[in-house]
Amino acid sequence: MQFPVISIIVFAPLVAAIIMLLMKEEAKNEIRVVALTTAVFDLILSAWVYFQVYMNPTMEYQFVEKVDWLPALGISYHVGVDGISTPLVLLTGIVMFTGVLISWGIDDRPREFFAFMFLLAGGVFGVFVSLDLFLLFFFYEIAVFPMYLLISIWGWKVTREYAAMKLTLYLFLGSVFALVGALAMYFTNYQLNGVLTFDMLEIEKAGFSAQFQYIWFLPVFFGFAILGGIFPFHNWSPDGHVAAPTAVSMFHAGVLMKLGAFAALRVGIMLLPEGAKQWAWLVFGFAMVNVVYGAFIAFIQKDMKYVIGFSSVSHMGLVALGFSTLTADGITGASLQMFSHGIMTALFFAATGMVYDRAHTRQIPELGGMVKYLPWVAITFIIGALVSMGMPGFSGFVAEFPIFMGVWQVSPIAAIIASISIVITAAYILLVVRKVFYGEVPEHFEGHITPISILDKIALATLVIFMVALGTMPFLMVPMVQEGVNNVLRILGGA
Amino acid sequence: MSIENLIWLIPLPPLLAFFLIILFTNKWKGLSHTIGVSAAGLSFIGSMIVFFSAIQVEHFGEGEHIFASSINWLPTGEGFFKIGVLIDPFSAVTLFFVAITIFMIFLYSVGYQNYGQPKGDHDHMGLPPHGATIVDEHGHSHAVLSVEPMYSRFFAFLGLFAFGMYTLVVSDNLLTLFVGWEIMGLCSYLLIGFWFAKPSARDAAIKAFLTTRVGDVFMLLGLAYLYSVTGTLNYRDIFYNAEVMHHLSETITPIFGLSTAGLIGLLLFIGTIGKSAQWPLHIWLPDAMEGPTPVSAMIHAATMVSAGVYMAIRIFPLLTAGWHGHELTPTMTFVAFIGTFTAIFSATIALAQNDIKKVLAYSTISQLGFMIAAVGIGAYVAAAFHLITHAFFKALLFLGSGSVIHGMEHGILHTGNHSVDPQDMKNMGGLRKKMPITFWTFLIGGLALSGFPVVTAGFWSKDEILADAFGHGQWVVFITLAVAAFMTAFYTMRQITMTFLGEPRTKEAEHAHETTWTMTTPLVVLAFFAVTFGWIGVPEHFPGLGGVLPNWFHHFVSGTLLEHPESVEFSWIPLGTSLFVALGGLTLGWFVYKDYKAGQPDPLENPFGKLYPVLQNKWYFDELYSATFYRLADWISGVFTPFMDQVVIDGILHFFARSTGVIGNTLRDKFDKPIINELIGDGTAALVQKGQVLKYLQTGRVQSYLFGTVSAFIVIAALLYYFF
Amino acid sequence: MDFLNTHLLTTILFFPVLTAMIVWILPSDQVKAIRWTAFGGSLIAFIFSVYLWMNFDPNLAGYQFEEQYIWYEAIHSTFHVGIDGLSLTMVILTTLLTPLAILASFGIVDRVKAYMMLFLFLETGMLGVFLAADLIIFFVFWEIGLVPMYFLINQWGNPKGERELWGGIKISSRNYASLKFMVYTMAGSLGLLLAIQLLGVLFRNYDLVYLTQRWTSLDPNGTLMGVSTATVKTIVFWAFVIAFALKVPVWPFHTWLPDAHTEAPTAGSMILAGVLLKLGAYGFLRLVLPLFPEQSAQYAGWMAFLATMAIVFGAFAAYGQTDFKKLVAYSSVNHMGFVLLGIAAAATKIGTEDATIALNGAVLQMFNHGLSAAGMFFLVGVIYERTHTRNLEDFGGLFPLVPVYGGILIFTSMASLGLPGLNGFVSEFLVVRGSFPLLPIYTSIAIIGLFFTGAYILKGIRKVLHGPLNEHWAHGEHKLTEINLREIIVMAPLMALMLYIGIWPTGLLDVINKAMSALF
Repeated sequence: MQFPVISIIVFAPLVAAIIMLLMKEEAKNEIRVVALTTAVFDLILSAWVYFQVYMNPTMEYQFVEKVDWLPALGISYHVGVDGISTPLVLLTGIVMFTGVLISWGIDDRPREFFAFMFLLAGGVFGVFVSLDLFLLFFFYEIAVFPMYLLISIWGWKVTREYAAMKLTLYLFLGSVFALVGALAMYFTNYQLNGVLTFDMLEIEKAGFSAQFQYIWFLPVFFGFAILGGIFPFHNWSPDGHVAAPTAVSMFHAGVLMKLGAFAALRVGIMLLPEGAKQWAWLVFGFAMVNVVYGAFIAFIQKDMKYVIGFSSVSHMGLVALGFSTLTADGITGASLQMFSHGIMTALFFAATGMVYDRAHTRQIPELGGMVKYLPWVAITFIIGALVSMGMPGFSGFVAEFPIFMGVWQVSPIAAIIASISIVITAAYILLVVRKVFYGEVPEHFEGHITPISILDKIALATLVIFMVALGTMPFLMVPMVQEGVNNVLRILGGA
Repeated sequence: MSIENLIWLIPLPPLLAFFLIILFTNKWKGLSHTIGVSAAGLSFIGSMIVFFSAIQVEHFGEGEHIFASSINWLPTGEGFFKIGVLIDPFSAVTLFFVAITIFMIFLYSVGYQNYGQPKGDHDHMGLPPHGATIVDEHGHSHAVLSVEPMYSRFFAFLGLFAFGMYTLVVSDNLLTLFVGWEIMGLCSYLLIGFWFAKPSARDAAIKAFLTTRVGDVFMLLGLAYLYSVTGTLNYRDIFYNAEVMHHLSETITPIFGLSTAGLIGLLLFIGTIGKSAQWPLHIWLPDAMEGPTPVSAMIHAATMVSAGVYMAIRIFPLLTAGWHGHELTPTMTFVAFIGTFTAIFSATIALAQNDIKKVLAYSTISQLGFMIAAVGIGAYVAAAFHLITHAFFKALLFLGSGSVIHGMEHGILHTGNHSVDPQDMKNMGGLRKKMPITFWTFLIGGLALSGFPVVTAGFWSKDEILADAFGHGQWVVFITLAVAAFMTAFYTMRQITMTFLGEPRTKEAEHAHETTWTMTTPLVVLAFFAVTFGWIGVPEHFPGLGGVLPNWFHHFVSGTLLEHPESVEFSWIPLGTSLFVALGGLTLGWFVYKDYKAGQPDPLENPFGKLYPVLQNKWYFDELYSATFYRLADWISGVFTPFMDQVVIDGILHFFARSTGVIGNTLRDKFDKPIINELIGDGTAALVQKGQVLKYLQTGRVQSYLFGTVSAFIVIAALLYYFF
Repeated sequence: MDFLNTHLLTTILFFPVLTAMIVWILPSDQVKAIRWTAFGGSLIAFIFSVYLWMNFDPNLAGYQFEEQYIWYEAIHSTFHVGIDGLSLTMVILTTLLTPLAILASFGIVDRVKAYMMLFLFLETGMLGVFLAADLIIFFVFWEIGLVPMYFLINQWGNPKGERELWGGIKISSRNYASLKFMVYTMAGSLGLLLAIQLLGVLFRNYDLVYLTQRWTSLDPNGTLMGVSTATVKTIVFWAFVIAFALKVPVWPFHTWLPDAHTEAPTAGSMILAGVLLKLGAYGFLRLVLPLFPEQSAQYAGWMAFLATMAIVFGAFAAYGQTDFKKLVAYSSVNHMGFVLLGIAAAATKIGTEDATIALNGAVLQMFNHGLSAAGMFFLVGVIYERTHTRNLEDFGGLFPLVPVYGGILIFTSMASLGLPGLNGFVSEFLVVRGSFPLLPIYTSIAIIGLFFTGAYILKGIRKVLHGPLNEHWAHGEHKLTEINLREIIVMAPLMALMLYIGIWPTGLLDVINKAMSALF
């Protein structure tokens, strides 16, 4: 058996979390160091995995590990990565790394903070790599519940309880729905093939009846898609962002939402392809609403985090849109968009956090002239802005273009309508840039704006590099994603 | 060096002079004018060589008997647009007078711009020199003329102008003709506005440029049309090519049922109207007298404006396409009408002008009218003849007037009374004693202009036009031109009388004195041609002289085109008429003005009554135009377009911007918050308010959460198991 | 050298970026070094493109110096660049104007590093559009060019001035202008983007040559996505046209231009007018005509109509301005109108001699306008730097104070007025000559519009140089200083070219002519 790199990636954060919880409260710096080391370690490993998959992209899962866990119930520890999940693993590594860097300064119970954050990270890794349904849920819950604590304890005083609770209820409800669906598959598979197994590769072959898939696709898909912020279940997400501390919003928007989308694909579409075909139109419709509706609402927001929150709603809508086209282009684009948006929005929240920590307001009209004090933040935020408006040469374009090509194949009209969002995005994001980073500096900021630390700079730079690299050199990621997509298509075609 | 290459070179020296002066020798006045004058001299010599070798060629102009060469210029798909030089009889004679007049101008300018005089006390660039004071050995300080501050620049402009004129004359196609044409347009703009600091001069310059440009755009249209129909713009290929002309005159255009040739001719002719200041585009020429010097004025009046007529004669075959010698084609009628009307119309205005240069300006317009009319009735040789004679004597008159003004300025500086206008003939009189050379030459020019019988060139050319008009049975034209000729003689005599005869009417006139040799020499030279040049065009059948001198001009120039116009047979009526109008006009003019005293109202005011102010105000054409066209243009550019851009178009854009915001707000406030949030989100809010759940959850955070999940897990599992 | 010969285009394309990177690592306070590095870099790019010109063989049809690299397999787009006579002309123009613009902006003192970097990025963006032989690459550079220009206007634009919007909202006019420029253009490009996607979906390929061949050979009676091919083509055609028309800009899509120009820094306007506007016209020539011959022929009348409107109203609007820079800005609308007129005329009968002549004229006009507009904007900038006003009423009679500047201004104005003997005339004549037989009415109106060109040009000279001297500038601390050597050096090459092309356009036209004959 080869070196269990995946498991190490997954469990390193969890272990680190436990270690940190065991360490002394006061040893703040040691804790931070532990956190950083783990993060770097995971980043390197996931980069290595990425590199391996990049070298030989295949349709099959790679780095597969399978160990029986509860054979009686057909639950096994079965992990592996394919072309779609590998970039997401890398993404998680990046966000985790940058997240640690920018929350270096957290002084309020850093031990718990980092511990929960790593718990969250571990869960996320887990979900991306699980090939076993039960395992997937297990990690899913592990990923979701620290969120509640992180927000309600370290969040923005004004709304943190409300937001935390709202978030928890949404995701809880969602997961329950999905769970029901999962169990339905579990048992039906037993009826059909006489095996009790949660192994997704098995269930793929179960051959559910079209009518069964027709019933169960919706709860499963939407159950997960809620976490992906799909309309009409999107409201938890902006509120959550606003309440969450910076690093958490980064995780939240950067990774957690991808979790939903990814699970929706993996479980919803790949296990119930017929259902997916049946219901594609509905998903497509809701996703369309996301795209346009999110853009419009983001346009009028005054709070930076709300702007970004709703822009995330809009962009995640594109992901769902891509999936719902069930075309090679669409799904490829969606997968790329998950990565691109993850990096971009992480950058946005990092930058916003830096501004907020210094200006103590996120109200756009109250801000101005930040470029004078925070040039790095300004420039990186601008690059993020370019990504979010789908500017060619940046990852956003590379991701959105195929999505639109997919949409064309489904409904040209939709493509035209959806494209409006691009212009609106450009408009509001440029307005934010102009108002927050340029223009007059409100005099009460004079002198209060401290420059950002070197760690912050590293974090920002890392994120930017990935966005530009993907934008200018799509061939660094596209081939592997294509392989993953081919696998999905095989299932869709085969079912 | 072959003649062809020489022709290529003719326009270049002045252009070189222009660049040299502008770029390098600006500072050194003497050097600059040396360069300028010698450049003009070179071109002059070249032109003369070309001219005289041309007149030695047998049957010059027919078939291959021309000087021509051309090169590829613009690639057009497969082929090329060629440009080149061409000397045929007509351009040869034109080259002759152009070369002479231009050379004279250069020479004259040296004196006129006061070379060698001290710098002015308070002269500024862009303003006429105000004069300087010098202190002689006795300690007396004298006011003397001061040198033009932009002396060098003036010669640069002259050079550019000369280049334009030469290009126009030697080019073998309408496009390069247009090039020279426009370059001269620029020069007239620069020279009229030479004293740009004077608002009047500045506005006159713009007026000149734009008014001629009105004609130019139509001309360009005509060029494009002609080029696209025939595929060339070369004179010989079109006008000397029977089947092309046939094709052009046979095809009919939708516009007024004109033939293609007629329409193109018309469009091109509008260019002439602008350039040769024909009614209704005549308004710029009088204002062009704002030009600092009679020299520049003369450039416009005597040389450049003849470019218009030159082209009119060039495109004669187009204008007269489908004409068989009897009643005129629509195009010809139009041309004849414009010419005739302009001739009489501006003659009337000239009657009532007091500015010595303005009188000449209007007489120029009127004389050009004669030529155009001649073209219109199909007598292009006569037109060409008058074109050249007129160029000589009008040049002479302008230079003479310049000399007069200069003399007057002497007087003004002497008395120091700057309120006196040195150009107003009212202030003159009796200058013949003070400025003899100027007087005699001016007299010759004046007589030539009014067509004083037999001796002066003007007589022969004008007589030929009248004879042609009569011979072709164009009664209206004939009579109108005769009347115009009468007026010409009258106002010319009026001018001479008011300026030179009688007694000085002001101190300034008393103290005027003769000008330097650089100015008087050109006068003498031109005077010579103003007399003699007529004798090369004496009709055969002219009583007495006829046959003594061969009608060389007619023979030579008529070689320009395919079919040679035979000269009209002799008749006493036109001859008598021209004798009568010339002599009658002169005598009457002398009688009316001979004892005109200072301060008197003009003798014509009473007899003309209400008409007089109308004439003085040029029939109010400027006022008419500014009330209509200018105002319309101002409205469109100042009111309409801003409205369209900022209110309508930007309004639409802003509407989109606004509606995005409105939609966004509505979605958020009317839908997202109240409906979506209420339905799915607000349960939480309630719970939070109660705080129950929260407390509960906070007691045992993790466990309870997991417990919740797992219990739900099992319950549902059980249900499912039961159902399926 | 060998590498250079095989990678000449990519070298030219990315050399500015490389320079930008060098500039980036220079310390911000080394202003001199930064300026000269930027200038040198762009100059080298120019030298390369001259080398390209030398080695370019006009007699070959199709692309030369082609390079192709893997870029984005998922959508079958490759990084494919190539050059033909048309793009060569534009590349020369771009690489010529950029060094001059950089030299012109040596006066900039605020955040020089960022400024220069943006400028170099801008150059690469523009070059990319001209060099692209792949539709996606074309679009990538097409859009990316907006960004540097947005920030140049927004950051280094004229800080004064407010623009009142609806409901009394006031924003500083440079923000208004830059945002309008960016969002409006992006909105215009939406159609283009969608159309490109449609093509990609249909043919699974973005290579221009291949696309053109496939797209034009579609069965006109067939259907695409349930709609008849003809309809689809028409819609796609208009999507392209609007995107490009916006950039040209054609009436009535032109209103962003005066705003952008007035607010942009001098060098920004130079490039904006000199090159960016050409992108639109280039799009027409490179994409619209080859891809949509029938539609172009069918709707040529409409395009000609818009072009004529641009010519006439552009001239009128320019005449109505009191702001010197706005006047020049509107003159761009007026001049670019002729480019579109030529294209529209050519569209009616592609391949005929008239069409070729019209296209020659259009392309040459693009080049000429590049020279004269850049020159004019620079000259406006020169006087603005000294007087800090652009209001024509504040000037008057400055000629005696600045004779050299005055001479240069008159020269350049005459070039832009289309005076025979200078470049503008040749191209305008070719355009009208080519268009007349194809679209007589519109051409006639356009030619008459030339009259107003004269009117506004003379108005500019009249207000600035002529008339009684405005004593305010004559002495004291407001004393107007003569144009300095650096500024003369900026103008010299432009003027030399204006004169050269005016007298001897044959060389340049030959390349263009062959390219046009080969393309159409």
